This record gives sequence, C-alpha cells and structure tokens, in this order.
Amino acid sequence: MSFMPVLLWTDLLLFALIGACLVYARHAARHAHLAAPWLRVRASPTGMAAATVLLAFLGIGVLDSLHFRAALEAKPGSAAPPRYAVEVRSVLDLLAEAVLGRMAGKSEKTYSAPLATHGYARENVEKKLADGRVVQVREHPRLVAGGAHLADPARDRAADVALHAGRGVALGFVIWLALALALLAAAAARRGGGLGDAWRAAWQGAGATPWRAILLTLLVLCVAGGLIATLGSRYHLLGTDKVGQDVLYQALKSVRTALVIGTLTTLVMLPLGVLLGIAAGYFGGWIDDLIQYLYTTLNSIPGVLLIAAAVLMMQVTIDANPDWFSTAAERADFRLLALCFILGMMSWTGLCRLMRGETLKLRELEYVQAARAFGVSRLAIIVRHILPNVMHLVIISAVMDFSGMVLTEAVLSYVGVGVDPSMSSFGSMINAARLEMSREPMVWWSLAAAFVFMLSLVLAANLFADTVRDAFDPRLSSAGRRRGRAAGEAA
Amino acid sequence: MTAYLIRRLAYAILILIGVNLITFWLFFKVNTPDDIARLQLGAKRVTPDAIAKWKAERGYDKPLVYNAAAQGMARFTDTIYFEKSVAMFMLDFGRADDGRDIWYEIRSRAGPSLAVQVPVFVVGLGLNISLALLLALFRATRFDFATQVFLVAMMSISSLFFIIAGQYVFSKLWHLVPISGYGGGPDAIRFLALPVAIGVFASLGGATRLYRTIFIEEMGRDYVRTARAKGMSELAVLFRHVLKNGMIPILTGVVVVIPGLFIGSLVTESFFGIPGLGSYTIEAIQAQDFGVVRSMVFIGSVLYIIGLIATDISYTLVDPRVRLES
Amino acid sequence: MTQVLEVRDLDTRIDAGAHIVRPLDGVTLDIAAGETFAIVGESGCGKSMTALSIMRLLPESAWIERGAVRQDGRELLALPEYEMREVRGRRIGMIFQEPATSLNPVMTCGAQIIEVLERHRIAAGAAARARALDWLRRVGIPDPEARLDDYPFQLSGGMKQRVMIALALCSEPQLLIADEPTTALDVTIQAQILDLLAELQRANGMAILLITHDLGVVARMAHRVALMYAGEIIEIGTRESFFDRPLHPYAARLFAALPGRAHRGTPLVTIGGMVPALTGPFAGCRFAGRCDVALPHCSEEPPPWHPGPRGAAVHRARCHLLAGGAQAPVPAPVRAPAVPERAPATDPLLEVSGLKVHFPIRRGLFRRVVGHVRAVDGVSFSIGAGRTLALVGESGCGKTTVGKGLLQLIAPSAGAIRFAGRDLAGASRRAVRAARASMQIIFQDPFASLNPRMRVGDIIAEGMASFGLGGDAAGRDARAAALLAQVGLEPAARMRYPHEFSGGQRQRIAIARALAVDPRLIVCDEPTSALDVSVQAQILNLLAELQRSRGVAMLFITHNLAVVEHLADDIAVMYLGRIVESGRADEVLARPRHPYTQALLAAVPRIDAAPAAPADRRLLADPPSPAHPPAGCHFRARCPHARAQCATDYPAAVQVSPSHRVHCILAA
Repeated sequence: MSFMPVLLWTDLLLFALIGACLVYARHAARHAHLAAPWLRVRASPTGMAAATVLLAFLGIGVLDSLHFRAALEAKPGSAAPPRYAVEVRSVLDLLAEAVLGRMAGKSEKTYSAPLATHGYARENVEKKLADGRVVQVREHPRLVAGGAHLADPARDRAADVALHAGRGVALGFVIWLALALALLAAAAARRGGGLGDAWRAAWQGAGATPWRAILLTLLVLCVAGGLIATLGSRYHLLGTDKVGQDVLYQALKSVRTALVIGTLTTLVMLPLGVLLGIAAGYFGGWIDDLIQYLYTTLNSIPGVLLIAAAVLMMQVTIDANPDWFSTAAERADFRLLALCFILGMMSWTGLCRLMRGETLKLRELEYVQAARAFGVSRLAIIVRHILPNVMHLVIISAVMDFSGMVLTEAVLSYVGVGVDPSMSSFGSMINAARLEMSREPMVWWSLAAAFVFMLSLVLAANLFADTVRDAFDPRLSSAGRRRGRAAGEAA
Repeated sequence: MTAYLIRRLAYAILILIGVNLITFWLFFKVNTPDDIARLQLGAKRVTPDAIAKWKAERGYDKPLVYNAAAQGMARFTDTIYFEKSVAMFMLDFGRADDGRDIWYEIRSRAGPSLAVQVPVFVVGLGLNISLALLLALFRATRFDFATQVFLVAMMSISSLFFIIAGQYVFSKLWHLVPISGYGGGPDAIRFLALPVAIGVFASLGGATRLYRTIFIEEMGRDYVRTARAKGMSELAVLFRHVLKNGMIPILTGVVVVIPGLFIGSLVTESFFGIPGLGSYTIEAIQAQDFGVVRSMVFIGSVLYIIGLIATDISYTLVDPRVRLES
Repeated sequence: MTQVLEVRDLDTRIDAGAHIVRPLDGVTLDIAAGETFAIVGESGCGKSMTALSIMRLLPESAWIERGAVRQDGRELLALPEYEMREVRGRRIGMIFQEPATSLNPVMTCGAQIIEVLERHRIAAGAAARARALDWLRRVGIPDPEARLDDYPFQLSGGMKQRVMIALALCSEPQLLIADEPTTALDVTIQAQILDLLAELQRANGMAILLITHDLGVVARMAHRVALMYAGEIIEIGTRESFFDRPLHPYAARLFAALPGRAHRGTPLVTIGGMVPALTGPFAGCRFAGRCDVALPHCSEEPPPWHPGPRGAAVHRARCHLLAGGAQAPVPAPVRAPAVPERAPATDPLLEVSGLKVHFPIRRGLFRRVVGHVRAVDGVSFSIGAGRTLALVGESGCGKTTVGKGLLQLIAPSAGAIRFAGRDLAGASRRAVRAARASMQIIFQDPFASLNPRMRVGDIIAEGMASFGLGGDAAGRDARAAALLAQVGLEPAARMRYPHEFSGGQRQRIAIARALAVDPRLIVCDEPTSALDVSVQAQILNLLAELQRSRGVAMLFITHNLAVVEHLADDIAVMYLGRIVESGRADEVLARPRHPYTQALLAAVPRIDAAPAAPADRRLLADPPSPAHPPAGCHFRARCPHARAQCATDYPAAVQVSPSHRVHCILAA
C-alpha cells in the first residue's frame, strides 16, 4: 500500500523538541557537571518509575504523530498519479486497527458499558419469533463488534472474559520478561557483568539505577498492554461513547493532544521567559522597566479570560479563512498549535520574573565582575556566565509546567475554548461525560477512562518534576534527612 | 509612603491602558467587525445588508480609531476605540447581545460569586497553612511523607473530577444537598456547602506544599537556632517565630488574589448553576458575546491591579522592615 | 575550683548521605567556674559542633553517638528534651557568629529578651521589661529605652551582637557559649564586644566557652585554650603556656603561618596538604600526613596525651614527639631571601586623584535625586610599579568601591585616573579596554569568583581570548597550563571544574586568571579573608613571589591589619569614603598620627602582645552613614581627642614627612 506522509506543524515541532532533548542529553552526558543532576534523577526510584510511565505515554504520542494519507485504489491500468484519501491517519491508528481489530474507531451506534455485549440504551428491535412472526421488541440490542464472537453472551461472557483476561496477563508477563531481560542485558553489557548478576542486583536494589522500580512499573504497563491486546480486541474494554466510538481508542488518541499541549507550550514560553527575563535583569534601566511593564500587564488579565478571548478570535480567523487548510486534520492541528501558542504567551511571565531575579543576583557575582574586568562583551557574558547558571531553573520550570498545562487543557475544553471538537482530548471526554451525569444508570466509563489516563499521566509528570527539582536544586529538597535518635538513648 | 502609593496608582493606570490596548487589538484588529458579524449571523443570512445592520445595532459601524468624517474632537470620540474601549474607564460597558446592561449584570452577579469564593478563600487558606505547619513540625517523618504523596496526587487530579465526583456522591447518591442552583437567605447554605467544600478540597496540594517549603526554610534560619538556644519548645518556636516570619511571604502572596474573588470561579459556578460572574463569563464565551468578554477582561485587570496595590500596602503592614524604612 | 561543664569522650556523627561523617571524635574537656575556655581551630575542625553537641542543638542529620556532658554534675545527654530546654538559655546561654541573622527580624529587641525572662520564669510583665532595659544598659547600648522597641534591622551589627549578649545573659547562666562572636564584626567593634564579655564575666562570674578561629582573640580573652584538629582536641593548656611554647607541631606551624610585622619581607611557614576526610576511624595521628617532623609510627599509632614541661595540668598535647618529656621541634624558618627585593619608589604606575563614586538616593513622587551615598568621596593615591599599596578600612568605608571604580566596574562620578601616563576617566571605550588588560582584580570569595559551569582552562583563557592574547586556542591552552603550574596547581587541572577544588586552590585559579593577561597592576580585594590561616599563608606567599618575579604592582584592599603589616609597602587608611592617613608602611604602622589609625591598630588582637587596655568608650558610637556624612571631620563623633574646631571644617592634609600625610588637626 502506498501512502503520502503528512507532516503536521505539531508533528514537526514535537519531533524537533524530542531531537533537541536528545542533542542536549548527548551534550550533558559528556560533561560531568551537566550530567550530575540527571544522575541524581536516575538514582531516584520514584523518579524513574514516573519516567517509565511518561516514556510509555510519549511512545503513544510519537506513534500518533507519524501521520500519512493512504493511497486510494487506482483504476487498474490507469497511468494517472495515485490519489490519496482526504483522511489523515497515524501509525497509531494502524496499530490500533491491528491490535483492537473491529473495536477501533466508531463501531457501535451509541453508548455501551465496558466489556458489554449489549448496548446501553433499549432500542426497538424487530424480532422474529419461532412461529415466523416479526414483532417490535424494546430491548438492549446486541453490539455490532463488542463480544460479537459469543454465541450466547449470557452464558459465555464471564468465562470468555476471564479466559482472555488470563491470556492478556500471561501475554503481558511474557512481553515484560523479554523486555526486562533485554534491558538488563544491555545494562550488564555496558558495565561488563553477567546477566544473572544484573538480575539479582536489580531485585536487591543494588546499583546506581533503581531497576526494581522501573521493572515493576514496566510490569504494570505490560500487563495493561496484554489486556488491551486480548480483551480489547474482543470487547470494548472501556465501553463506547455517545456516537459508539471505543473509549479506550479515544483515550489513547487523547494522549497525543495532552503531550503536545504540555510540551509545545514550553517552546513559546521558554525563549520568551528566558530571553526577556535575562535582558531585564542584566541590562536594567528602561529595558527592565519595559519588560516589567509588559509582564505585569499580561499578568493582570485573568488567564482563562485572555485565553478564551484569544481562542475565540482565533476561531473567527480560522472560520474566515477556510482555504488555508486542505484537510480537517490540518485545521484541527492549526487550532491545537494556536492553543499552544496562546497558552505559551500567557505563561511566560512567571518564568520571566524568576529569570530576572536570578540574573540580578548573578550579575553581581564576582565571576561576572571578573569577566567584565576582562572586557568581555555583554552578549558573551550572558551566553557564557548567566545562561548556563540559570539553566537548572529553566529545566525545573519546564518539567513543572507540563502537568499544569495538561490540567489547563481539560478546563479550557470544558469552557469551550479548547482543542477542535474533532480532536480527541481528555477535556472533551470529560465534557461529553458530564452531560450524561444525570442518566440512570450513570454513564461513568468515559469519565473513568479520562480520569485514569489523566491521573497516570499528570501524576507521573508531577512525580518526575519533583525528582528533577530535588536533583537540580537540592536546597529545595522535600525529603530532608532526619535522624530521630534521641541523645539520651546514646548516653 | 503617600508618594509611593501615588506612584503605584499612576503605574496601575498605565497598566490598565496597556490592557485596554491589548483587548482592543484582540477584539477589533485581529478580526474586523465584519468577520465577527459573519460568524454570529451564520452562513445563511450573510448579505452585506445584514452585516451592516448587525454592526449598526452594536455601534460597530464606526471607524476604529480615527473618524475622518467627523468634526473636532468627534474625530477621536466618534470611533469604536473611544466608544467601546475608552468608555470602559468610565464603567460604561454598553449592552450585552441580549440587550441587558452589562454593568448592571456585573453588579448583581458579584454577590453570588463572593458567597462562594470568600469562604473557599478563607477556609482554604486556613486549612493550607495549618496543614503546612503540621507538616513542618513533623517534617521528614512518615506522616510527612504520606501526606506529601497525598498532596501530589491531589495536584494531579483535575478540579473537574472533584466537582463531578462531589456532585455524584453528595447530591445524587446521598441526596444531602441540591445538585445545583442558588437561593438567597438561609437556603443559600444548602446550595453553597458543596461548591465551597469542593473548592477548599481542590485547593489543597500545591499551596500546602509551597507553604510547607516556606516554613521549613524559615526553620533552618539562624534566629530559630537562637530561639531553641533560649530554651523555647519546638511548638513555641513554630508559633512565635516561624509562623510570623513565614506569614510574610504567604500573606503578601495571597493578597493579590483577594479582589479577584469577585470574578468567581468559571468552572464551579457553571457546574453548580450559581448565577455569579463566573457563569456569566462562561455563558458569554459560549455564546460568543464579545462585549461581555471584553468587559470581564477589563474588570478582571482592574481587580488584579487593586490586588497589586493591596499587596504593597500589606507588606508595609506585616513587615516592620518595610514599614519603618520607607 | 568547681567544674561548670565536663565533657567526656564526646562522639558526634553526621549522616551526609553517601557516608557517615565524624565531626567529633572523643572530645574531652572541663570548664571551671568563672574561666574563659577557648576552643580554637581552622574551619571544619569540629569546634562549632562541640558547642552544638553540648547544647543538644545539632542539625537534624546529626546525632551524638556516645559520651557524657555534665553541667553542674547533671548529665545533660540523659535529660529528656523538656528538661534540656530548662538548661538551654537558663544554665547555658549561647551567642552566635552572625548577629544580623541570629535575631528574629519581626520581633522587637525588647520582646526577644523578655521572651527569655518569661520562658524561664525569671520575671514577667513590667518587671521583665525593666529587667530587659537594665540588660540593654549593661551591654552598653546607648539610649536603651528607645532601643527596647526597635527591630533588629534598625541597629548596627555591633549593637545587634550586644542585644544577643543581653539575651543570652539576662537569665544569668553559669556558662556562656560564644561561637565566633566577633568574626562578622569590624576590628574596633570586635574589641568592644570582647571587652564587654570580659567585663560581664568579671561582674557575673560566669564561665565562657569561646569558640574562634582567631588566635589573636584567644590570646586576648582565654584563660585556657584547646586546639582542635580534625574532630579531636590535640592540645590543651593555659594561655600563657600555650602561646609561650606550643607543644604540638600543628600549633607551632599555625603560629608561624600568622602574618604580621615579625615575618615582614619573608615567606610565611605553610602547612602542606589538606585536613583528612572525617569519614572513618584513624589509625594514627590525624596530623601525620601534613607534619614535616612526623616519625614513622605517627601514622600507625594514635598518639597519647603527653604533658608539657610544667605538667599535664598546665599544658598537654597528643603527639608522639613529646614522648619522654622531649620537645617537638619548632618549624624551620623558611628560606629567607637575602635582601627583601622591594621595588624602589619610582614613578607612579597608577595615579588616582579626587576619585568619587556617588550613588544617587531617589525619593518622592518623581524619584528625584534627593541626595547621594558618598561611597567614595575624593580619594587620591598613587602606586609605584612593582609596589604594594594596602588600602585599609572597616566595612562600609568604600575601599571595595575604590577598586571597582578603578577597573570601571562601577562608573566613577568624578576624579582622574592616570595609568602608565594615560588618562582613563572619561577615556574612550577602546582606551579603557586596553587599560583593562593591564589592571586585573582578585576577589574575596573563592566560591563566587569562578563560574561553576566552566572548566578551569576556559576560565583562565577567557581574558586572553577577550584581549586577543596568547595566539590561537591551543596557544592559550598551553599558556593556561603554564600559569596553573606557576600558581602551584597541576596543569591537568584545566580540564576540571571549580567545584572540585578547595577554597585555597580556587583562589590560586583566580590568581592565574588575573595573571593570564599580563597585568601590571592587580587589585586584590580581600583575597584571603575567606581562608584559613594556613591557606592564607600559602596565598600571601604566592602573591609575594609573583610580585617579585613579575614586578606586578598591587592594590591590596583589606580590613586585616596583620596582613597589611606583612606585605604592604605603602598604606592608605580609609574612613567614610576618604583617605584619612597615608604613607610608607613603616611610618604609618610605627607612628600612626590619625586617631582612627591608632584606634585600628590598638584594636587588633595579637598573640605576641599583652591584652590591650579596654578601648575608649567613644569608639562605641556607630560610624556615620555615607549618605549623611557629618560636617567637619568625619571621625570626630568617635574621636577621643575631638575639639570644637573639628566640627566645622574637614581637616586639611598635613604632610608629616614627604611620604606621610594625615588629615587631622592634631598632626599639624
């Protein structure tokens, strides 16, 4: 099958950001003083467990960022250039289709509960009775895809679910075992030891890397993956939503939206905050006055309101210029990018103030004075002496802001100024679920799915951010050592 | 001191002018009134006449900043900028799309917003500070560690979930309080109990952790060692010395949000159907009523700037170093 | 004599994460009623830890492993915490190094004293207030009624330390622990505080445990002295015996490392190596690795206590060399150069006249300039090529600002700077840039003066690259290696980062950085005041050696008169932005004419002189603010010899000799 790769703006920027992180990692690995705080991060079990979860989410997001348009069936023998489908799809879609099979995408008519075989709402169904008459019956209809392989759901479902859940756990365990052995073998090869020693050391908690925490986290992730592969291809593991779309699939698609908002926002925020903050702190005078005025003014406008106003205006622009975009995906992507841009424009002020204060301090330090005594230019002083000494704060605030942005997206989508309605996001999942609160019995699964996915993403991000902050700024460390030994006992 | 305050006031006006220019640029320059009219009228009825009528009804048919057709001062006053933006300084916000006077709406909706926000603020601040003190006292113990894990988890949950879960459990399941709505008099408590409780609960997390850091940092200072060397007990050290010093950054940090309590919370109010300014704003955003959004942006900035000035004043009240030196 | 405090075999441990540190290892000492017992030692030797262990105020990561602390016969380490709190502040008072941070900033001074009185049920209410007032008076605070309701930030450093003393003594404890009580203070203030402590001790009969790094302070105050090294007391003796003839080689070398008049023109004795890590038990003597007279078994057997010539009760030390009543050899004098090769007074390299640095004070609605802080207010001096001018003065006198103004790190407000015959003030940027290569600066804080994110080689090469010296990158690298060798570091150090070096090594790197651009003048801004005595000796020797070999002139900015006596050719004494006395070092030191210079010299605690008479009470007054210098002579408010005439005119310069000049009417 031929295809045409599609590079959306957010894909490009996301890959550029990942590339930049890799370049930085290579650079840091070669410089002991840059690597030292990251080694402290590596030594933290919580931090590494959180990083494992984040990497899993990042993997989903990256797969979902490899976009393409499939080629349409060309007429046999025609020499015309191949035509491509209007729909933009991603590698994750392909993968989901391969693993989830018929469950992926919109396969039912409307709501159905997790692992259900029948729809949530009663419908008028024509039923052929034994005597051949056709009557209208109001009942829960059989699902088109979910549990369709069962002959008699009432009898077989429980056993079938248990069987496939067992298989899923087993599958997950096998994958995990392979992964764990591969990882430990790689680590052992680098250190030059045997695999058996590495395995023992990992479980005894010895060594510089907390392998036990990483492997346990990985085990949970693998089992979840195994369940998705076995159960998720036969049932709607997390149910379906109002238009019959698989909630699990929707949640997976939402991961990329959250990641893009959490990371690309920093692309706008960091340069603005760092450059303006350092300029204000280092040059002082009217430059300082102007930048302070700028951020006080922006700060004074209530954040959500300004974002809402900006998004509304952006929406008008998008509507007024339909010819800018060749596909719906491009339009939704533009809106996502603009949302990141707007969020970034609103959130650089805090970082800017931090940078300004830190630069004011650094500017008076003696090594900066020494550089000035050497006649080093101001730009060189900023690049060589100021910037490297504020980088740790930049890294801390970048990781700390990630989770805040993901949470903000949910609120914005609720307010109605979030991502494009055609794009999956946790915010729109919550928003859609909220409308069904009053239904009896409650439609809880969309909400639960959004909750579980968001909590694991944001909690992992917060725990990782805490570890990073402690590692880069030990003064703020939240886990102080305390020896509670009373002096009297010792005497 | 007086000179300082006058300077701050002048700066505040300068900032309001900046806010005014930003909103004007956002609402009238990024998209022309024609674009907005087209959007609001929908695709079907978009004829040039309809657009002109729509603009005339709202006073958007004038030039943006300079009216060449007018005479004298009217060249500047008979413009969209003057009528829509400058007028806000005189609290003239015009009418909403439904024809109601925006300023009247704002005044009448501030009450319900305050009724939710003030208790949330006061109880939340008290709870956060008490918990932070407790954590500082038992720092680096199991209690501290467990509470911190709990707080990180709290920080990781979107406030939307708290509201939905609260409504489900307390209103739908246990029928303790109405699910939403608002009433005056003694009835108000029934309506307010849940939103306030959820607001307080959701405020735990980040603030407590920040205050805990502040208190623990204070506990490492030299004067605390002096107090211990005097023979003061750990509790006396905490309450007589650490609390007082730690409250300076905490209080001055929260003063700035106090005036903003008027605006209310967008999400809480719309979930609980409280007729405050938050739900007013959210309705305006969803109905794309730009006049109301613009007015709320302006009001929000004014309140923030009042908060900034109040912060300056509060510094002089709580910190003798500031009070006695300027 | 009754013992107020007995400490036996005290072991303290700190959990430093990667390993357990042993800051105290078997500390044993006795303090008798009414005596001043000094613990002296270099940083990190465990002297402050001893104090905190006695008070049971250790940081949270530290604990007492074993030992006994008996106060008045009571075992403190066995007391429950609530009973220990009755001891703290009641039986044992404590004062700390930093008066600026040791008082609660948001409580009035009176309230902080009253808190002690009420806590220990000594007095309450009006009685407590009266008592607090009485104590403020006793510690010599002028206008105590008003000060009672002042906040600490409204008082000067010396006054704050007096409040701390009042706070510690108002409950009349039997023992006062003073942890570096004067280290953060100027030398004249230090003298007052030490006098005050001695006076209060005479009046109250309390014992003092004085903890200090300053041997001069010990010589002035102590009855008995304990010398600590690497967590252990290695020598204890009476003051007379200790300073007369120290027993331990370490003590002897510390004395020889002290700069001062005695070693003028000759290198100081230095102690090689570094204090060993305190992470494990020691097999032998802790000092063995650095001792130049160590015996083979020194690093294998821990040395027992050996008595001095007058018996163990008077003086004893832990050293194998003292076995059998022998005496440890005194350090050999360092090879002295045949003739002190001081550069002769030649044409001045640098001439400064009327230098002013004023900072505007802005007030009011439009931030109008309502006055100026006259940090430097008309300073004139000159430095000959290859000579050293010491600029001396107490904190806030503007001496550092002079240095920064010279290098144009702060723009001077007025005045002329001629360097090598060329005018700098008001010169073009290019001319200033060219002059910068010839003038370099070394700072006080070795931790803040090197960028932690740059390799040492890049730090040294930065100036060369900026001025286009040293050819290409490879050439600069080779030169950096040579410079490192010259300041006594491995050339391989250029691939490492600053945090891998000790304070003294960092200061060497800073010197190499300054030398990299071949300056003809180096401004040394308190280059040794953050260093221990033994390290200070190394740096002073290095600077003297470099000056001899390279002919660099130095402007040595310092508050430390001992250092000045050691190395200065010329001296200028600054007070409140102006030079009050200047001349050749021998003239100013031997025959100071300005009362301020006299007061400064008298206030320096020395190990080789009898304790000085208490300083004149008038010196008590705080120095005036440089924003509002008084009319007439700036010093008159503190001057014991002030006359009516002093209040009207600033005294004109009086030329005592062709090189010696004083701004004082007494000298006329």
